Formats: sequence, C-alpha cells, structure tokens
Amino acid sequence: MKNIAAIFIKELHSYFVSVIAYIVIIGFIALSGLFFTSALARYSFSQDSVEFVTAVLFGNMSVMLLFIIPLLTMRLFAEEKKSGTIELLMTAPIRDTEVVIGKFLAGWALLLGMLLLSFLFPILMTQYGNPDFGPIFSSYLGLILLGSCFLSLGIMISSMTKNQIVAAFVSFGALLFLWVIGFLSNRAGVLGDIFSYISLIEHFEYFSRGIVGLKHVVYYLSFIAVCLFLTVKSVESAKWK
Amino acid sequence: MIEVENLTKYYGNIRAIENVTFRVEKGEVVGFLGPNGSGKTTTMRILTCFMPASSGRATVAGYDVFTQSLDVRRHIGYMPESVPLYTEMKVTSYLKYVSKIRKIPRTQRNSRIDAVLESCGLTHMRNRIIGQLSKGYRQRVGLAQALIHNPDVLILDEPTIGLDPKQIVEIRELIKELGKEHTILLSTHILPEASMICGRIIVINNGSIAGSVTLSDGRITSVQSSEGEMTTLGESEELYVEAKAPAEDFSAAVAKIPNVIDVQTAGESADNHPRVYIDYELNTDIREELSNLIINNGWELLEMRPVEITLEEVFLRLTTE
Repeated sequence: MKNIAAIFIKELHSYFVSVIAYIVIIGFIALSGLFFTSALARYSFSQDSVEFVTAVLFGNMSVMLLFIIPLLTMRLFAEEKKSGTIELLMTAPIRDTEVVIGKFLAGWALLLGMLLLSFLFPILMTQYGNPDFGPIFSSYLGLILLGSCFLSLGIMISSMTKNQIVAAFVSFGALLFLWVIGFLSNRAGVLGDIFSYISLIEHFEYFSRGIVGLKHVVYYLSFIAVCLFLTVKSVESAKWK
Repeated sequence: MIEVENLTKYYGNIRAIENVTFRVEKGEVVGFLGPNGSGKTTTMRILTCFMPASSGRATVAGYDVFTQSLDVRRHIGYMPESVPLYTEMKVTSYLKYVSKIRKIPRTQRNSRIDAVLESCGLTHMRNRIIGQLSKGYRQRVGLAQALIHNPDVLILDEPTIGLDPKQIVEIRELIKELGKEHTILLSTHILPEASMICGRIIVINNGSIAGSVTLSDGRITSVQSSEGEMTTLGESEELYVEAKAPAEDFSAAVAKIPNVIDVQTAGESADNHPRVYIDYELNTDIREELSNLIINNGWELLEMRPVEITLEEVFLRLTTE
C-alpha cells in the first residue's frame, strides 16, 4: 500500500512538473466551456429540453477524454523504458502490480480533478434554471468509468513500447476503434448485439440518460481489470526478452 | 554473499553469458572486468533481478534471485550503467522517492538522505534539478540512490564511466571507503581502476569467466585461469637487466650472486648485448652486488629495472586464446 502511494505521488508530481497536467486540464475545461456555451446558446433559441444541454456537454466531454487520455498515459511506462529508470523501478523491492496500480491511480487522480473542475457548468446552470441532477450525477459516474477504461488501455499500450508517440497514437487508435465499433450495432442479429456490447460508447449512453445499470458498470469495471491485468503481465514479460 | 552457479542467458538465439560461476564473500570488493559486450551487464542484471537467467542459479545474501526476488532486491543497492534518474526532479525529492520505494521508515528518511548526500559530495547540490546537473554529479546521484538504504551488497555497473579525472579519483575513494562496510561487485573495463579499488578481479570474456586475479594493495598476488591453472606471483622479485658484456659470462656470473634464484635470457640487442630477467628472493636486494659485479668485470650497465607483472598483461593473457 505504501509502495502504491509512493509511485502515485511521484507520478502525480511528474505530471505537474512537466506541465502536461496544466495543459491537459486547461484544454479540457476551456473546450468544455466552449461546448457548454454553444449548447446554451442553441437552447435559448430553440425550445429543447434542459437535458439537451447536459447531454451535449457530457457527450462532448466523453469525446474529449478520448483524445486527452492517451496523452496522459503515453509516458507512464514508455518514458521509464526509454530513460532507463525502469531498471530502478524493477530492481526496487516493489511488486509489478503495485507499480501499475500506482501509475493508474495517478492518471485517475488527474481525471477526477478535471471532472471535478467541469462540475462548475452544472452549478452555473442552477443559477438560471433547475436542472435535474439525477442524469448529471449518473453522467459523471459514466465519465469516470469511461475515463478509467481509457486510462487502463493507455497504460497497457504504454507498457508495450519505448516510444511515447507510438504509445499515444496506438492508444488513441485502439480507443477510437472500440468506440466506432458501436456504429456497426445497427446490424440485426447476434453480431449487432456483440458490437454494441463491445463498444465503449454504447454503455455510456445509458449513463447520460440517467440509467445506472449493473450490466454497464460491470462492463466498464471488467474492461479496466482486464487492461490492468494485461499491463502487469506485459511489464513482467518485458523481463524475459 | 553472492553465489553464482552455471548462469546462462540467451537473448533469443544470441548467447550473452554461458556457465558463469563465481562467488563473492562478505566484505569483498570484486571487480568484474571484461571487454565490451562480454556479459558484465547481463550478469549484473540477473543478480539484481532485473531479468531472469535462461538457466543456472544465483543467490544474493542467501536468497535466490528468481524465487525470492523481493528479498534479494531488499538487500541490493544497484547502480545501472545508464544511471536511472528522473531528470525533472530535484536531487532531494528523487532520493526521497527512492527511499520510499526502498522501504526506509519515515523517521529515518531524512537522516539517510543527508548521509548519502554527504558521502557522495552532493550536499551543496541538493536543491538542484537533476536534469541541470553535470554528468559527474548525475553519476553521484546514481550512486547515492544505490546507497540510500544501506544495502549489504552494492552492484555498480561502470560507476566511473564518463567522469573527468578528478571526479574519477573521488568516486574511487568513495567506493574504497564503502568497501569497508559493504560487499561490492563493480564492473569496469578500466584496468588501473580495477587494480586500485578491488581486492579481487573476475575476468569475463565472451560470456564466460576467463579467470580471476587476486590483488593486495594494487599488486597482483595470484592469477587463476578458468582451466584451473594457478599462478602464484610474489614468491620472488624480478629485475630486468641489459649490459654490455659477453652473454654467457654475464649470465654465469649473475647466477652466482647470493639470493638469485634464476636467470632467464630475454634475447640479445642488436649489438649482442645480453638482456636477462633475474629472479631473486623476496625481501632481498641484489642491485648493489649486481652493479659491483658489472663494474669489477669492466662491463657496462645499460639498463636495470624491477619487473612487476601488470594487470594489462594478465588481462590480455586471460582474454586471448
């Protein structure tokens, strides 16, 4: 536990020292603000429901996470491998699992920080209207779970390469693939169902509608677990090469 | 402290080391000497549990590197060849991080950090960002990192590479000092350095042990090759002499000097002057008698110097078939 904390603090510290954290957080909040403003503007012209505003906001936030999170995870292992500090980490008396979890949690803390700051927008809405906080909270739960999936996959890819650019690009590609595979779910039959179940975004849509289904929570949690497990295995296997 | 038995490592089809066997006793400072690509780093990486061997076994401080990896890692301080530094961190925050993952209790952390900063000569650099330090100081931070948990065994891969002569001397002194309390295995391909710091040198070549050399105070006392052939040096002293004299008369006369054990001809110069190696008893001095002999016979002394076998010669003999 102490080891996880040590790795966690170090990684979080690195994020802030190397300005990545600031750029990512500012970019995320600024763009979310832009989407929020445009959704509000459209809402004031048309007579859509208030849910329209939050649905647009959270939908756009989920897409932004798709772009941003590979940038957060790319360095986690790739940088250590490139600079040789992996040798320090692997010869210290800590387990591979502790390293992986510590790094994951550091990315997770940044994700939570970003989402927490974005909570400003729903709070702003309460000043001028009466938004339903049920779907807002469930959307946030969905964003946390979805973001965690992105993080776990990003870490897994980062643990397989020395090159940060490769890590970011492959993570992004893989996430995009798992996203758009949902578009194929219009197909009738079993195949359509399978595509829809695999797709990361299909599950998120339930959360944004205010539905917290066990099926979807289990999907996200198992996705995270599998990716982190594979990361540990990938870190271990690097020693055998 | 370190026991290695028949260690073999293949990277794919490439053999890095084969049947490497050696022991390092507690308190020894052992040098690992070999040409580039001879398997020094591979052996060290296996000992530090960075990667497993293909076959064979190794134990450090009584723990098996493969099955009791965490225990081994607790007892080892390791400085890899590419010094593992987080360049964006400050020296102290880096050492604090290492002290955490090295499981130093919270109450002792600061005093340990101060102690290693002091012994590595880094106290005045403690608040610098590592990325802005010179190569020599980075090397010291790497060493400080290896020492922070006061490990029983220190494994240092090329600790003085890339340093300037003054820094090299300082790091050597530091390693010598550390050798009083720690068991040290260090790799190098700098021969004088090995003979200065180490009590014993293991010569590795082409992935297998070529032999070992025992030293005392920088002088070679015995050499053991991997074929088991043991040469003990230091049973006699040796002089090289060149004189202007008839070769046979000269050798015969020299052999009669008291304490002389053996006279070997080393060939003749272009002018047919004899050149000889004279072995004589330890703790005696034949130079006075020898020069008197030459003068009394009307010969002339051209050169006389003591012969010491150097590590270079031994190294070349062990690493060339």
